[in-house]
Amino acid sequence: MLKIENLSASYQTIDGPVHVVKHLNFDIRDNEIFGIAGESGCGKTTLLRVLYDIIQYPLSIDEGRVVLSGVKKGVPYELTTGEIRKAWWNNISYVPQAAQSVLNPIMRLKDQFLDSIPKQDRGDESKEQTLDRVRSYLKELGLSPDVLNAYPFQLSGGMRQRAIIALATFMSPGLILADEPTTALDVVVQRGILMMLTRLQKQYKNTLVIVSHDMGVHYQICDRVGIMYSGSLVELGPTADLFREPLHPYSRMLIGALPVVGDKSAKEGIPGRPPSLKDPPPGCRFAPRCPRASERCRREVPEFRQVRPGRFAACHLLEEEAQSHA
Amino acid sequence: MKFRKYFGLRLVTWALTILIGVTFIFFIPRMFPTDPVENMIGQIQSRSGQMDPQEMAALRKSLRVQFGLEGSLWEQYLAYLWRGLLHFDFGPSLVSFPTPAGEIIATYLPYTLFLSLISTLLAWIIGNAIGLLAGFRKNKRSSKILEGIAICIYPVPYFLVALILQIVFAYLLGWFPLQSNINAMGGTAAYLRSLFRASFLPALSQLLVGTGWWIISMKSLSAATAEEDFVQYARFRGLAERRIGASYVMRNSILTQITALAMSLGGAFNGAIMTEIIFSYPGVGALIQKAILQSDYNMILGCITISIVAISTATLIADLIYPFIDPRIRYS
Amino acid sequence: MKKFWKNANGRLKAGMIITLIFLIIGFVVFYIPHTDPFFNNTYPRKLAPSWEHPLGTTSLGQDIFWLLVEAIHNSLSIGLIVATIGTVAGVLVGLVAGFSGGLTDRILMVITDTFVVIPSLPILVLMTALMRGSSTVILLALVLAMFAWAWPSRQIRSMALSIKERDFIQTAWFSGEGTMQVVVTEILPYALTWSLSNFMNATLNAIASESSLAVLGLSPGNLLSLGNMIQWARDRNAIFAGQWFWIGSPIVATVLLFIGLFLLITGYNDYLQMKRGR
Repeated sequence: MLKIENLSASYQTIDGPVHVVKHLNFDIRDNEIFGIAGESGCGKTTLLRVLYDIIQYPLSIDEGRVVLSGVKKGVPYELTTGEIRKAWWNNISYVPQAAQSVLNPIMRLKDQFLDSIPKQDRGDESKEQTLDRVRSYLKELGLSPDVLNAYPFQLSGGMRQRAIIALATFMSPGLILADEPTTALDVVVQRGILMMLTRLQKQYKNTLVIVSHDMGVHYQICDRVGIMYSGSLVELGPTADLFREPLHPYSRMLIGALPVVGDKSAKEGIPGRPPSLKDPPPGCRFAPRCPRASERCRREVPEFRQVRPGRFAACHLLEEEAQSHA
Repeated sequence: MKFRKYFGLRLVTWALTILIGVTFIFFIPRMFPTDPVENMIGQIQSRSGQMDPQEMAALRKSLRVQFGLEGSLWEQYLAYLWRGLLHFDFGPSLVSFPTPAGEIIATYLPYTLFLSLISTLLAWIIGNAIGLLAGFRKNKRSSKILEGIAICIYPVPYFLVALILQIVFAYLLGWFPLQSNINAMGGTAAYLRSLFRASFLPALSQLLVGTGWWIISMKSLSAATAEEDFVQYARFRGLAERRIGASYVMRNSILTQITALAMSLGGAFNGAIMTEIIFSYPGVGALIQKAILQSDYNMILGCITISIVAISTATLIADLIYPFIDPRIRYS
Repeated sequence: MKKFWKNANGRLKAGMIITLIFLIIGFVVFYIPHTDPFFNNTYPRKLAPSWEHPLGTTSLGQDIFWLLVEAIHNSLSIGLIVATIGTVAGVLVGLVAGFSGGLTDRILMVITDTFVVIPSLPILVLMTALMRGSSTVILLALVLAMFAWAWPSRQIRSMALSIKERDFIQTAWFSGEGTMQVVVTEILPYALTWSLSNFMNATLNAIASESSLAVLGLSPGNLLSLGNMIQWARDRNAIFAGQWFWIGSPIVATVLLFIGLFLLITGYNDYLQMKRGR
């Protein structure tokens, strides 16, 4: 389980700190696929970096912490921000956006696999024995063991991404963070990658966190989705419920912009653009773009709270609705 | 298949480089208003007084032949390519007449190759090793001091470094001879000892400038490589810093430095010539200087042709080794 | 300007200060009226430094301070002239090669690569040896410029290739501006920022080549440059006579000038990189 407790982080710049993540409070459960959605520049990737404990200048944590807990090989563990990096690859791993540049261009994949397997895990296995384990794991994932002999530039984009996913999951970590894992790939390949990820999760019962700007990806594979806007979560809930009945006006806009098979009506884009994180508006940060914003929205920051069982949102309108119903 | 194409392309470029360079040094002198033959006759006349016209005409004719100035420009060009480029025959040295200039160059060339190859390679190895360490520990004091020293040495032209070393170590301290003398008479041991004493300061000055450059370039290169995605991701994969340094940062930076080595050979050769001249080291540099003083044009032309061929070939070799180290060229 | 100074890194600042001092010596102090130091026996020989002769006099009775000032002036002038010719030619060749592509590009690149690879000094030696006696400063500058264009042209070509594909260029193209207009209004300003570091580099190289030729006795005999000043002092046995101000001052000046220019170049490149990074 991954607990995010009152987390705030900022970037130091010449003009002072820029708050990219503000007062986040939520849990990611064991054995689920959790999606983090939002437009680019909303702080998704920064959040993922903080979760993965990549905290280096100019990024810093102002408040709160992340707690990673679970059981591996019968041994329970609990790690907080600052310790998580010691568990990299063993208990938590990271799948980056598909790109040519994430693997060493002049090393064969087998050497990069061997590099990523800690000595303790190999025990006194020979190189070939370890590679045999890797080969059978690749076969299990439906990948040809031949990729081990290839250099990264010899693989297609999709193939490389599958290999990276295999690399990131070989040590069977309890938590896998994936940052836009299908962006920059074509649709058919995207589908294959998503299927591979879900199958892996079903089989190993670990937790998968997927960050993507593509609502379609979340709809297809996530159990629960959190929607981020300008550094904060605005809504969180089970995927099916959230897509059927979005509570926050921003989620409504994101979902309204999705194409639906058979629907011929014109799709609305989302008017306006996310606010600058350097100089955010007071009150609800979505207010300037919200069609239903009131005076209060522009003045007061709404609280992120449970609206219905299992469903969280941060919006004054919901509060008012609840009151008028009561 | 692509691999073969790479080799083919490099070979063609090599041949073209030599051809263009050699064509250039063939035509340039012929575009100058000065006529080396008249220059020579003027010099002879000023040394030995007036000659009678008949003798002078004969002299002029034989000089024109020896300078390769007979026939049309095109014939001269072809003859020069044929004799000079393919047979290293540049005509007789006008000073040590009639010994062929090519023969004299052949006795001097090994000294230059010995000196510059050793100092160039040593500088590359030492400089890259230091630069890599400095790039890793870029905030350590020792790294900054080393880089500071490199910055103070590299931009200084070779001949000045040589001159300063000569003043300090040979003149003020007297540790080394002011002028290189190689003892070819006293048996192998004496020869080697004199060769070492003669080569030490020239080698040191080339080494200092070269090392300075490799430190500076390797430091910024490794610092840039350390920022690359694949190095960052290797860190996220939980690899030890030492492993990342060796297999991810170093291997990738070294590849770039091999190409850089090939590109730097021309400049290193310029430096070798200048250091040899300052120390009167018996190599091609000193030969060129002597030839200039004595207006031995065949010798000058020969030295230049051979240096163009030598440098282009060394660059070619470095380029041909490259694909064996970089899989991106070998397999794509 | 103030902001530029604030954002400049240490190297750039040090380089600018050193270079500025040399520019002041070469182009301001130089114009203070003084006796032409070129002539022999203007003053008593081998004087030690004094108020009247801050660096003393040579064994030929020349004032070393003014020799040095004129040498710095001439070396800088040669460097700047050569760099100007070389950079302009290099930028033109690079732009033509980068934007025309095809056969023109290939031919130009083979020639450019040749000039990058072959050792320049022997060829400079050949040409200056042929001109010996009749050589003038302008002729020397032209000869040096022959090796100053190749490197910038290579750089500019690869820059041209990469910006050819950029959006603003494509937009200009599609909006119907002619190629020439695109090059002049959109690309040239961009190329010039880059050429500045090439320009400084070419200045440094030209001064270095001139002084190397001077040591070979191939720089024009009437040119009072840093290289010639060192060479003349060597010829007159200043080392053996222990006249350290005579031989030492041009050496120290040259070393400082080169370090200053180099700091300026690398500092400026780092500065550009930082600016692009933001």
